[in-house]
Amino acid sequence: MKTYLAQRLGIAALTLFGMSLVIFVLLRLAPGDIVDILFSTGGYVNPSERVAIEKELGLDRPLWLQYVDWMRHMATGDLGKSYRYDLPAWEIIRPLLPVTIELATLSMIVAVLLGVPTGVISAVRQDTTLDYSLRVLSLAGLSMPSFWLGMVIILALVAWIGWIPPMTYVPVSENFKLHAIQFALPALAVGYRSSALIMRITRSALLEVMREDYIRTARAKGQGERTVIWNHALKNAILPVVTVIGIEFAFLIGGLVVTETVFNLPGIARFLVQAILWRDYPIVQTLVMFIAMVVIISNLVVDMLYGVLDPRVRYGS
Amino acid sequence: MVAVPARASRPGAWTTLLRFSRKKPLGAAGGVIMLLIVFIAIFANVLQTHDPIATNAAATLAPPSATHWLGTDHLGRDIYSRILHGARVSLLVGLGSTLVASVLGGIIGLLSGYVGGKTDLAVQRVMDILQGLPLLVLALVMAAALGPSIPNVILAISIPIMPRAARVIRSSVLSIREFQYVEAARALGLTHLRIAFRHILPNTVGPFIVLGTAQLGSAILTEAALSFLGLGVPEPYPSWGRMLSVSAAEYAQKAPWLVLFPGIAISLAVFGSNLLGDALRDTLDPRLRGA
Repeated sequence: MKTYLAQRLGIAALTLFGMSLVIFVLLRLAPGDIVDILFSTGGYVNPSERVAIEKELGLDRPLWLQYVDWMRHMATGDLGKSYRYDLPAWEIIRPLLPVTIELATLSMIVAVLLGVPTGVISAVRQDTTLDYSLRVLSLAGLSMPSFWLGMVIILALVAWIGWIPPMTYVPVSENFKLHAIQFALPALAVGYRSSALIMRITRSALLEVMREDYIRTARAKGQGERTVIWNHALKNAILPVVTVIGIEFAFLIGGLVVTETVFNLPGIARFLVQAILWRDYPIVQTLVMFIAMVVIISNLVVDMLYGVLDPRVRYGS
Repeated sequence: MVAVPARASRPGAWTTLLRFSRKKPLGAAGGVIMLLIVFIAIFANVLQTHDPIATNAAATLAPPSATHWLGTDHLGRDIYSRILHGARVSLLVGLGSTLVASVLGGIIGLLSGYVGGKTDLAVQRVMDILQGLPLLVLALVMAAALGPSIPNVILAISIPIMPRAARVIRSSVLSIREFQYVEAARALGLTHLRIAFRHILPNTVGPFIVLGTAQLGSAILTEAALSFLGLGVPEPYPSWGRMLSVSAAEYAQKAPWLVLFPGIAISLAVFGSNLLGDALRDTLDPRLRGA
């Protein structure tokens, strides 16, 4: 177990290191940097001024040196300064985190509450009209861009009750009800999409388990169908479901990028897009590394949960 | 050696299709949707009622009518004609990036699975890195790095998808490699490259097709998201994703058709490829069922 964990952590560190290289090189490949953008929007033309700014930001130094600097700073917990806002990256990112975490958590709750029960129903009623409709409905969820679904929800609200949710962020301390609505709508849009995957996995895992002998035994000894499904079958079918929930949680951020933009929520996903457009290297680098870390950690947590949920799973042997 | 008339015993293409649609009605429906979209993309010029790029100051934000079937946008461009041409972009980017990803990932997976050992381990770690970010996030950074153009968008989407192809092909190569006929080929003294490409590769076709159809949907969705964010397909090509971004903020309330129709087009295309992909997976590769 310990060697297994050490091995996994080693691979995780390697992946993060590789990711830092990839992201660093990609950003520098991008046509134009912050100075170009400042100059084209600010209308400055003085070349000496340009050189001065590049020098100040360290953009005139060799690339490898810039990379080494970044790594050195990261090691001491210094995430760099935003080019655009001239503030420490961490100071900018910190207030954005709760928004994204709240939205991601709510979306996941919606996804699980929607996905697991429909998956169970679909499996129990296999090949009935209900099963087909639920499957088509979940596939539809996988097919709709969640940001579009969000826009449609807003449109429907306008059309039916003539009310549009606030398009500027309302903190929870200011107005709880508005805040809740503001988050519930995008969480529904994003959660519906994730629920589709959870539903499909729940269904197929349950179908597989239902064929096993011990289920027949449970039925034979006269246990009710409800107990058989929820207590006996689902317990063993839950493993792949947990995997998907873990993977989905990590990859939710991808879906949030556009949804946060549509709902104008000040989270890290929306900010990432803006930072990319501004070539604000320190912000983009920090955010990407952060997202990669979330992905890696949730994968690790899922693998560890295996051992808890299924005693047959052993690590490292 | 006796020549076995393999073809004679095989059912014809029509019989296979008919059997497929009877066993998998949803998959067949997906196939029909995809064919329809391909048809629209090919004949967009014939089916259009207006020039998709031409602006018309006299008819901005016009609701759906006899002249503009699906209305017009803020520049007076005909939504119906733009959606037809958007099908071209979506299919081009979707199919293009799926193809690039499958071929690149396929070759990498084939070689790393066949060679094995340290090479395989190193390749695996590189794939880990590429899979360490959500598809859209990596595609976003890549699209920004490469600059907006259709080939660049294809590349930006195919690189993050590529590891999935590599993984699937690798794992099927690992099992095929142990078959006796591969050992026989090796005993005959065939070169490794020949064994890999002539004897192992053809047996991975099933997973390959399944993978391709499965990725098509997410490639189309990613293109839509990238274009929506302004990092995808550039003007003047009408892209479904960008049609949504223009409408998003200001005009949504005044002109809901700006939001509804391009989104329906995206959803339908992805829905079709998902339906088809599911059915193909069940038919061609029962091992992947539920994956």
